[in-house]
Amino acid sequence: MATETPPPAPSGTSLPSTEEFAEVQQSAEFGELRRAHRSFAFPLTIAFTAWYLLYVLLSNYAEGFMGTKVAGNINVALVLGLAQFVTTFLIAWWYARRAAAQLDPKAEAIKSRMEGGA
Amino acid sequence: MSPAQHTLLAAGEASQHRTLIVTLFAVFVAATLVITVWAGRQTKDAADFYAGGRQFTGFQNGLAVSGDYMSAASFLGIAGAIALFGYDGFLYSIGFLVAWLVALLLVAEPLRNSGRYTMGDVLAYRMRQRPVRTAAGTSTIVVSIFYLLAQMAGAGVLVSLLLGITSDGGKIGIVALVGVLMIVYVTVGGMKGTTWVQMVKAVLLILGALLLTFLVLLKFHFNISDLLGKAADNSGKGTAFLEPGLKYGATGTTKLDFLSLGLALVLGTAGLPHILIRFYTVPTAKAARKSVIWAIGLIGAFYLMTLALGFGAAALIKPAEIIASNKAGNTAAPLLALHLGGVDSNWGAVMLATISAVAFATILAVVAGLTLASSSSFAHDIYANVIKKGQATEKQELGAARWATVGIGAVSIVLGALARDLNVAGLVALAFAVAASANLPTILYSLFWKRFTTAGALWSIYGGLVTAVGLVLFSPVVSGSPASMFPEVDFHWFPLENPGIISIPVGFLLGALGTLLSKETPDAGKYAELEVRSLTGTGAH
Repeated sequence: MATETPPPAPSGTSLPSTEEFAEVQQSAEFGELRRAHRSFAFPLTIAFTAWYLLYVLLSNYAEGFMGTKVAGNINVALVLGLAQFVTTFLIAWWYARRAAAQLDPKAEAIKSRMEGGA
Repeated sequence: MSPAQHTLLAAGEASQHRTLIVTLFAVFVAATLVITVWAGRQTKDAADFYAGGRQFTGFQNGLAVSGDYMSAASFLGIAGAIALFGYDGFLYSIGFLVAWLVALLLVAEPLRNSGRYTMGDVLAYRMRQRPVRTAAGTSTIVVSIFYLLAQMAGAGVLVSLLLGITSDGGKIGIVALVGVLMIVYVTVGGMKGTTWVQMVKAVLLILGALLLTFLVLLKFHFNISDLLGKAADNSGKGTAFLEPGLKYGATGTTKLDFLSLGLALVLGTAGLPHILIRFYTVPTAKAARKSVIWAIGLIGAFYLMTLALGFGAAALIKPAEIIASNKAGNTAAPLLALHLGGVDSNWGAVMLATISAVAFATILAVVAGLTLASSSSFAHDIYANVIKKGQATEKQELGAARWATVGIGAVSIVLGALARDLNVAGLVALAFAVAASANLPTILYSLFWKRFTTAGALWSIYGGLVTAVGLVLFSPVVSGSPASMFPEVDFHWFPLENPGIISIPVGFLLGALGTLLSKETPDAGKYAELEVRSLTGTGAH
């Protein structure tokens, strides 16, 4: 088997035609899938990046605040650092749940129709 | 010879720990070679060699991704940076972890759905193949070599110190040994072998870190505040040790450098080719998502433990001893193991040997992943699609991949020998900056921007690459300071060590400008195909 110049079609199954792809791309159903992904992933990416940069900037320019003791030797800097871990875990969990509930069923419906109908 | 080397070597002579270390290294190497040969026997076609047959589960790949990602920089570098600079070392961990969300939300699944073997598959999908694949291959190889250098330097430092090899010849010999091993792993075992080596390593590393964390916390009766207090006292810096600023807070320039580093860390991960190709080893995008979720859990847990390791080392070992052993603190974790076991006891020797073997395993697994990423990209993007214009047989392509592995291995042995005294975590941060500047903009534009064109892709990849590497060349990393690669000369004019704050915006901007200024009409049909495939998985294989 030669390595085809892309997009490589999997051997055995035939990829739908360019027209079919264009048609699906324009469909309301695909538009909904795209919106479901983008309206979740884009704002969230901006939010966690901003939250991370806020943390970096506080570390840089608000040392007094970051050094404030919270309990014993544990200060605000450590608490905010650990909070970055917590938000990362939470966002990952939230995305996984949301993708399974809202993205996967839509994606699979389109995929099986395109591959089945091809 | 430094006091710390005396401590280590004295412990060695007293209890034959050196024999033990060599034995443990040998056991790990032998075990991984058996895995490699076994995996090699099952490697029949290109999908096996490049993508491990795409039969790994989400959990297995999550483990392997963690093994690929938690490099010597994470284990030795971060523990050492926390031990020396306190809180500022922890900042690395946070950037390295948060970065995974970019991969999870925007990159892993579309990449798995629309690509095949390399990052270039996705970048070149709707572009003119030859120029974009050449660019993608070039940046893959440059990023991987930066990263490889860091690992090779780490291996040299670690092994030389532990085995008491102080001659330059001996250090170069160690770097060469690591190079030869990684060539064998990749040429014989391909992606399947590399994946299993990375899984084994991830388990060993997490167990090693758990053991050290448990022992550190036990010493302080699980009172974290006491641990921090003791670390602050012992560091001689007081409460400043627990606050940001010891490493990066000195001047306006160092603060800017920290911001630059922070940007590079958070945007670099999703542009690292050796991480991206791991998503091709699972059958579906859902499994790719599951791999990232597992990776975030495992890597996050590991970085939390580096806090205990770093502050534990700061609390239990005199800072002078850590610095004397390695200026950048790269040996703090093994030293901590020695102290937890008891400096003059057999337990100390056993702990030191065990943790050192884990660190060695860490390095080997990561260099194998990096070599595979760059040789795959050379063979698949440059050889098969550019040189042979898509006419190479699979056999020819795999032959090219294996020869490329040997070539890249040889190059990194030479460069690794030259870079043996450089700071491990710093070098890795540079690889992140190059990845974030050259690769991430093109990946995101390709997937999400309808108008994006070949010109945009080329401007972005080459522009980001040249800016990032160029700024590093004229930064204090290369010349003009005692810690530079060439301390005797000074041709630096860029004040920051990390170029990210300039080169990442440049990469994004050039991608947009190249697109808007070129007269090229984007291929709407191809974008329809890419968009539908990347979101639905239609036709994925």
